[in-house]
Amino acid sequence: MSAITHRYDFVYLFDVVNGNPNGDPDAGNRPRVDPDTSRGLVTDVCLKRKVRNFVALAKGNVPGFRIYMAEKAILNNSNLEAWTEQGIEPDKKGDYSRLPKDEENARRITRWMCENFFDIRAFGAVMSTDKNAGQVRGPIQLTFAESLDPVSPLEISITRSSVTNERDADKERTMGNKHIVPYGLYRAHGFISARLANDARKGTGFSEEDLSLFWRALGEMFDHDRSAARGEMTARRLIVFEHESDLGNAPAAKLFERVKVSRAPGSDGPPRSFSDYAVTLDEAPLPVGVKALDLI
Amino acid sequence: MTDSTPDFGLKLHVWGERACFTRPEMKVERVSYDVMTPSAARGIVEAIHWKPAIRWIIDRIHVLKPIRFESIRRNEVGSKIAESSVRSAMRSGRLDELVTVVDEDRQQRAATVLRDVAYVIEAHFERTSKWGLEDNDAKHIDMARRRARSGQCFQRPCLGAREFAADFELIEGDPPPAISESRDLGFMLLDIDFSAGARPVFFRAEMIDGVIEPPRLEDAKAKR
Repeated sequence: MSAITHRYDFVYLFDVVNGNPNGDPDAGNRPRVDPDTSRGLVTDVCLKRKVRNFVALAKGNVPGFRIYMAEKAILNNSNLEAWTEQGIEPDKKGDYSRLPKDEENARRITRWMCENFFDIRAFGAVMSTDKNAGQVRGPIQLTFAESLDPVSPLEISITRSSVTNERDADKERTMGNKHIVPYGLYRAHGFISARLANDARKGTGFSEEDLSLFWRALGEMFDHDRSAARGEMTARRLIVFEHESDLGNAPAAKLFERVKVSRAPGSDGPPRSFSDYAVTLDEAPLPVGVKALDLI
Repeated sequence: MTDSTPDFGLKLHVWGERACFTRPEMKVERVSYDVMTPSAARGIVEAIHWKPAIRWIIDRIHVLKPIRFESIRRNEVGSKIAESSVRSAMRSGRLDELVTVVDEDRQQRAATVLRDVAYVIEAHFERTSKWGLEDNDAKHIDMARRRARSGQCFQRPCLGAREFAADFELIEGDPPPAISESRDLGFMLLDIDFSAGARPVFFRAEMIDGVIEPPRLEDAKAKR
């Protein structure tokens, strides 16, 4: 597996119908909204979580594709041998007294982590390999996704025809709330810095195979993330700009400007489906050394 | 061009939707400084071009947009990867112990971040002890300018945290006007002095008509 050799900048569009794409813990789990513009937000870490979950699902226990930041508790056959070998109590966190002073050792550990865990290769990780928490920076960087138009979250009250506690038996039913966004088309930008994958010293070894898995994850991850809260979420477009060189051939901002999302002709009123929008990629010749790929 | 920046100066316009230059005294529930720190500015320039032979010095930071804040709360993970547990997994060749279950290691943290920011960074570089025969000043400044002009970067620069990506362009003429506001920004992180074992160094930041001139790291105005 060889590390990637091109820089990528991508525009990712996804939408939600009658669901909550990303709740705000500060606002009782209402969909996140930018108070200035009333546009909906989905954080970068929310999207990364879904990528991790998809890879865990698609690759299961394939060597090299483990996910370090796991979501569900994993039933272990408790493996105490490794601990006893080290003479460490399992409840003890990062033992700072035995740091690899030797840079080569620290790097070996990091390399081994990168080889085994997809999410560390892709997104990086903070490891306690030296006093200021040696970090692996992954090549993939995602920004907050923002809806194209203001969203107006609704609070839907629902009833349940059963109760939890016996003392409430005479009440017969309980009430609950759901927050939904009737419709929102969200746009996120992402960057893949090839040097953080292929650099001899800093690279994580993020490979071509990893890259195609990542594109696949963006395309399919919502299909495996169904839940009562989410409503219908769908990946709509993934437009990738591939640069000839690993440092890039054009400013990302200039490339992103070419992807225009506007209201479709003839649609008015609040947007309620993807067909209310028109996505256009500027036809003008791209800068030398840049290719546009339409992956969804 | 001023006297302090000869022909080896770089002027970079950087901007983005959000930014978080975290105050070290408020790291858990992050609160951003009002403006970009010199150390963040150096990181942005280094993301475009850096070699061990040079070190970037930030001369000036121009603030181009009014200072506005917003709050975001996110689920974050509480712990780092312990090196000892990685070693034991390497030794035993088993990965199933080596995992962080995020639902059981949750921390919800709020961040107070800046909205809609734009800055001009003025910087120049100096030689370090690793300066070799193949290095020359013109080569490095040309490389940095060429990359900034064509949008090339070693890694995507960011505004304090990686989720807040920075767009950048080279300024070849006069920079856009800064905000006409003067403020005493109080004590602010100047940079981390890695020659002294990663010691943070602070300075008294004054914004005069939207421009901050940080002292040099070894200057007496920098407080350790």
